[in-house]
Amino acid sequence: MPKEDTISRRGLFMKLGILFNGVVATALAVPILRYVLSSVTRGRANAYLDWVSLGRVSEFPEGETRLATFRNPIVMPADGKTVDTACWVRRIEGEQFQVFAINCAHLGCPVRWFPQSGLFMCPCHGGAYYRDGSRASGPPERGLFEYPYKVKDGLITIQAGELPTPGAPTAALDSERPPCA
Amino acid sequence: MRVISQVGEWFDRRLQLAAAIRETTEHPVPRSTASWFYVFGSAALVVFMLQVVTGILLAIVYVPSAAEAWNSLQVLNHDITLGWFIRALHGWGSNFMVAIVLIHMVQVFLFGAYKFPRELTWIVGVFLLLMTLGMAFSGQVLRFDQDAYWGLGLGASIASRVPVMGAAAVKLMLGGPIIAGATLTRFFALHVFVIPGLLIALVGLHLLMVLKLGINEWPMPGRIVKRATYTKDYEELVKKDGAPFVPYAVWKDLFFAAFILLAVAGCAVYFGPFGPSGRPDPTIIQTAPRPDYFFLWLYALLSLLPPSLETPALLVGPVVVIFALIMLPFLFGEGEKSWRRRPIAVISILLIAVTLGTLTHLSSYTPWSPHMNAWSGDPVPERFLKGTTALERQGALVFQVKQCRNCHSLGELGGQRGPTLDGVAVRLTRDQLIRQVIQGGGNMPAYGKNLSPAETTALVAFLATLHPPGQTPARDAALEESRTPAGVPQR
Repeated sequence: MPKEDTISRRGLFMKLGILFNGVVATALAVPILRYVLSSVTRGRANAYLDWVSLGRVSEFPEGETRLATFRNPIVMPADGKTVDTACWVRRIEGEQFQVFAINCAHLGCPVRWFPQSGLFMCPCHGGAYYRDGSRASGPPERGLFEYPYKVKDGLITIQAGELPTPGAPTAALDSERPPCA
Repeated sequence: MRVISQVGEWFDRRLQLAAAIRETTEHPVPRSTASWFYVFGSAALVVFMLQVVTGILLAIVYVPSAAEAWNSLQVLNHDITLGWFIRALHGWGSNFMVAIVLIHMVQVFLFGAYKFPRELTWIVGVFLLLMTLGMAFSGQVLRFDQDAYWGLGLGASIASRVPVMGAAAVKLMLGGPIIAGATLTRFFALHVFVIPGLLIALVGLHLLMVLKLGINEWPMPGRIVKRATYTKDYEELVKKDGAPFVPYAVWKDLFFAAFILLAVAGCAVYFGPFGPSGRPDPTIIQTAPRPDYFFLWLYALLSLLPPSLETPALLVGPVVVIFALIMLPFLFGEGEKSWRRRPIAVISILLIAVTLGTLTHLSSYTPWSPHMNAWSGDPVPERFLKGTTALERQGALVFQVKQCRNCHSLGELGGQRGPTLDGVAVRLTRDQLIRQVIQGGGNMPAYGKNLSPAETTALVAFLATLHPPGQTPARDAALEESRTPAGVPQR
């Protein structure tokens, strides 16, 4: 009979076997976790954001808000129509624009523009916004999300590639808003 | 017959399962549990099996690709023999499963079955409920239509509100920065492998505990559960007043399960499959997405909560509810089981049922949503225009054109977001109307910048006519006193 403070040969091998499995499991867990979290880590530097064109500036009359569509900068074969997105383009004057995300700042439903009353209305929970995107009424806590835009060679381009949500970097770009007309 | 028994013996010699099966089926249960109240657990299991079978049948045709999923559902609905019926069975099966799991949970709660020694059975049951809801939501995503697309956007908006982790949580949920092909494939893996695997494992555990610990006896007022004596009392009860589960109690389970399957099939034949609604094309914005019925109460809650309370309620609420459900058997593991002696339990259930029922009912007509087409679609009833002046008619036109109608009803037509304006002139004077229109307030946008002075004058002139025939409109008493010389009789 082995003494209490000694360890049998077989007991040692069993413990070594468990340890061996633990080491292999850890080694496998690293690539598995990296695979599972790839959608988070891949975009760490926001590499999915890029400038996409909405069309010629002349297509957007001054003082009006028009619907435009664009294709996501990154497209995978199985994406289908989901990579095409709409946005509201408000041309204030000249090259001064506001490009609003279609998604309500409340829970992301598509807002609709009513030029007669100068309001964006959301069909889901009743959020409403003024023509400059600021909150008018309803459950949203903030104004509409805006895409950063550039005008170059007569084309208006926006920085897109991410679903605008309250926690997304695109939404944090409030400071770049042009002054309200 | 002899051949059959020989074959049976051949298998049992190798499997050695007959004794265990006999022991399980013939284990004695308290006679009081052979009741129609005790059939919901087995019914949930049967509907789950239906979901597994119909789910596999759908997977034969369904293509989990954002580019093809919607088309494959159309193929199922229209091109494949009885494809619509299998879809309908699966859809109605999911509705029934959520409902039966909830009823089972209420019954177990009211009968005190979560008390000692069945605490873990209850906790596993809580996770089974969460997974059932997870299956319901992920299933709605696989029906990849407009509701699914915008439902995902809603889920992402909620996930993004998590402090610090928000942006990462959204990308983990969507499989990337936008809702696209990667989103559907991960929800497919969740709906078809991950959650069902966990469900099957936990259902096994749940059933094992029911067998090991015995079915909860019918609660009698005054029979108190005590940790020290319960097991002995239960064993005595089973010995004194027990009967074998098969066939004494099982026939009711069998009848109810068959009835539920028939009801699912009946709904499937009569109402048909759910959707799919429009193509999941985010450039089509003329849509008003709605969740499936088991999440309608949440839809209502998210519309009615004050904005400042919403994020805390969304993030803290579920944690509190799940924690409370898990802690329930530890906090109230002993004592009365009978609902007759547990008024707070009964009132809690009634309160929750009335709340969920009311919120679900509100979601059926969504009074918080503007009616997007009311301004161009709903006519101004004739009685509001009879005998009006040109200015007032111009005001009625402004009322329609400026989409006031989307939120305010006239003659019961139009939006319900704001108050109905049938009798607004009785409530507000002309000056108050002007102020309300121009400055807004009380959840109404300000229209100051969108109405010319002429339009405002016309609109208010129209609104001032909106009072019942026998009732005078509101007057500003102070204003009239200062303008009218004393002693002059008023008209």
